[in-house]
Amino acid sequence: MPEVRRSIAITIDDTEIDAYEGESILQAARRFGIKIPSMCYLEGLSVWGACRICVVEVAGQHQPRPACATLVVEDMEVRTNTARLQSHRRTILELLFAEGNHVCAVCVSNGNCELQDRAVEAGMDHVRFDYRNPLRPVDATHPKYVFDPNRCIVCTRCVRVCDEIEGAHVWDVASRGHQAHLVTELGQPWGRSSSCTWCGKCVASCPTGALFYQGSAVGESVHAPDLVARLVAARRDHEWFPPVESPTSPNEQNGDDR
Amino acid sequence: MHDLVTIDPVTRIEGHAKITIRLDEDGKVDDARFHVTEFRGFEEFCRGRPVFEMPSLTARTCGICPVSHLLASAKAGDAIMGVQPPPAGVALRTLANLGQIIQSHALSFFHLSAPDLLLGMAADPSIRNVFGLMAAEPDIARRGIRLRSFGQSIIEAIAGRKVHAPGIVPGGIAHPMTVETRDDIAARVAEAKETSVVALELYLSIADRFAREIDAFGSFPSLFLGLANDEGTWEHHDGHLKVIDATGAIVADRIDPAEYRDFLGEATNSDSYLKSPYWKARVAADGPVADGIYRVGPLARLNLAETMGTPLADEALTVLRDRVGGMATSSFHYHHARLIEILACTERIESMMSDPLLMDSRVRAVAGINRSRAVGVSEAPRGTLFHDYEVDDDGVLTDVNMIIATGQNNLGMNATVTQIAREWVTGPVIEESTLNRIEAGIRAYDPCLSCSTHALGAMPMVVTMIDAGGQPICSVTRD
Repeated sequence: MPEVRRSIAITIDDTEIDAYEGESILQAARRFGIKIPSMCYLEGLSVWGACRICVVEVAGQHQPRPACATLVVEDMEVRTNTARLQSHRRTILELLFAEGNHVCAVCVSNGNCELQDRAVEAGMDHVRFDYRNPLRPVDATHPKYVFDPNRCIVCTRCVRVCDEIEGAHVWDVASRGHQAHLVTELGQPWGRSSSCTWCGKCVASCPTGALFYQGSAVGESVHAPDLVARLVAARRDHEWFPPVESPTSPNEQNGDDR
Repeated sequence: MHDLVTIDPVTRIEGHAKITIRLDEDGKVDDARFHVTEFRGFEEFCRGRPVFEMPSLTARTCGICPVSHLLASAKAGDAIMGVQPPPAGVALRTLANLGQIIQSHALSFFHLSAPDLLLGMAADPSIRNVFGLMAAEPDIARRGIRLRSFGQSIIEAIAGRKVHAPGIVPGGIAHPMTVETRDDIAARVAEAKETSVVALELYLSIADRFAREIDAFGSFPSLFLGLANDEGTWEHHDGHLKVIDATGAIVADRIDPAEYRDFLGEATNSDSYLKSPYWKARVAADGPVADGIYRVGPLARLNLAETMGTPLADEALTVLRDRVGGMATSSFHYHHARLIEILACTERIESMMSDPLLMDSRVRAVAGINRSRAVGVSEAPRGTLFHDYEVDDDGVLTDVNMIIATGQNNLGMNATVTQIAREWVTGPVIEESTLNRIEAGIRAYDPCLSCSTHALGAMPMVVTMIDAGGQPICSVTRD
């Protein structure tokens, strides 16, 4: 039986829409084709609210709210693209660029990068902050993939997709504040991970050139962030296997009880 | 007692430099030095990067000859992977390098040097530039621009972009060539060949005006180094290293480029960021590195080749050899050599167009890390280019050494500047035309000092004369 969801009337940029109860501003906006830029949000994963690129203004609230982590309420009035929000987004992007080593020209994801796309959209033609130029060693120990923390913005998409979709939980965030960084296998080299299944969902979900396939040259890394939503929907809707009352594995059906 | 004359900056070369002329007590030129005052540190920030990123990363060294770095780096990557690129990948790389040589040589001749050659060394600096050339010789200027465009189109067709193209990768080429791009090149090659013939005829018609320059622009014996092949034809992409002396006698042959360290030393200079590579065997234990002087680039490649391997270029090579009596030892002949190379490139491109190999879809070998050290070599427009990489077990660079053509010509450029200064500087006053001749002597090598191009002619220049106590006694500024 189809799920019945209660409608909630809200206004986004002077357009009245029928959002669903329990839905975030970002989800409602996207269903109606209203564009709100985002980075750490990925449909199909839990909400993290880390990057703050999706900030919107809500009438009656002084502080901008992250659209991904703010649920709709009746009669909510939302603005998505005011001068103040544009300024905030550009500042956030500049801080991200200054914090790591993001050199688009020589990056495997040049031309296929959400950070680059957001910067272009925001008109970020220069960075007003001093670059930190951190020294971060590349982890190329995995036979199939490479992790370059210089290009990581700690959006944690890889952490969530590995934990929530693949169920392997190879990735974690270590340290705090500006020293926060991703680790594999509690700080062991990725290539020594016994929990990594080599599934590649982290690479598919990465918004930048931080995760890519071994052997990738500049501009060759292509991500597949829509993969997660497709997997979640397919799993929910049993797209690949008809639902069975008593689940048995293909091996069991063949008389193999391994 | 010494006086110093400083020319800073030198213009219409790729990058920035200055020249110091040291006078002796009689006011005669004692010595002259060519300084590179920029430091970029590419080798340092390549460390820690995956080897597969190196072609595009090192290509950023230069906007004029990025393909040369792409090729040397990709070839080092091939060797690290332990693979030979598929034949089509090799053919496309070769074609890209021919396009690279055309566009860079066209820039050197038509945009940078033709103003001196066609308008005269002593012409008004305000018109002695590519715009002055357009006004005086509109047809040749237009042809030069179109020729350079042709070379760049080839690079774009194979590697994806005209400048800093990403498509030359370890293992081969990123994408096969399309029929449309091949046909575009084929449709333009006849005009390019015609232009190179016209340019050669033009050069030969004016070359006799420069008899004094030919005698004084780096006319000295030296070794010549470059890639060579078993057939003795002009080589620009593969093969082995060969070294000859100024008489044409073979000094070393069939050297594996990976063994370059056994033969080449690199001297650092206290007054320039440009190192001075030298031929080790010619330098005694306590002797000056200048004894190991060798030249690379078009002049060296032509001196090394028995033939160009194509009909018109072979005729042109015969004309050059007849003019110089065999070996070309004056650096002024770099201009002539460049034009012959352009002609050879257009002929080779023309013959490649009908080869079905170009359309083969297998262009890239794939492999992991199978060696910890490798050297990639290509003939850049300006000369032999070495990329020497060491990687860890995961393919991350632990050490990098790049030997650039301009560095290898450093000793030659110093000797050239000294020779020109001795010929034209006779007292405390330096004529503008003399300044330009000194620059033009450097420009004969088409030095690529970084990635900036001063193609607009007379840039600001400061000439300072300093007495023995280090006090400036006069200063001339050219805006």
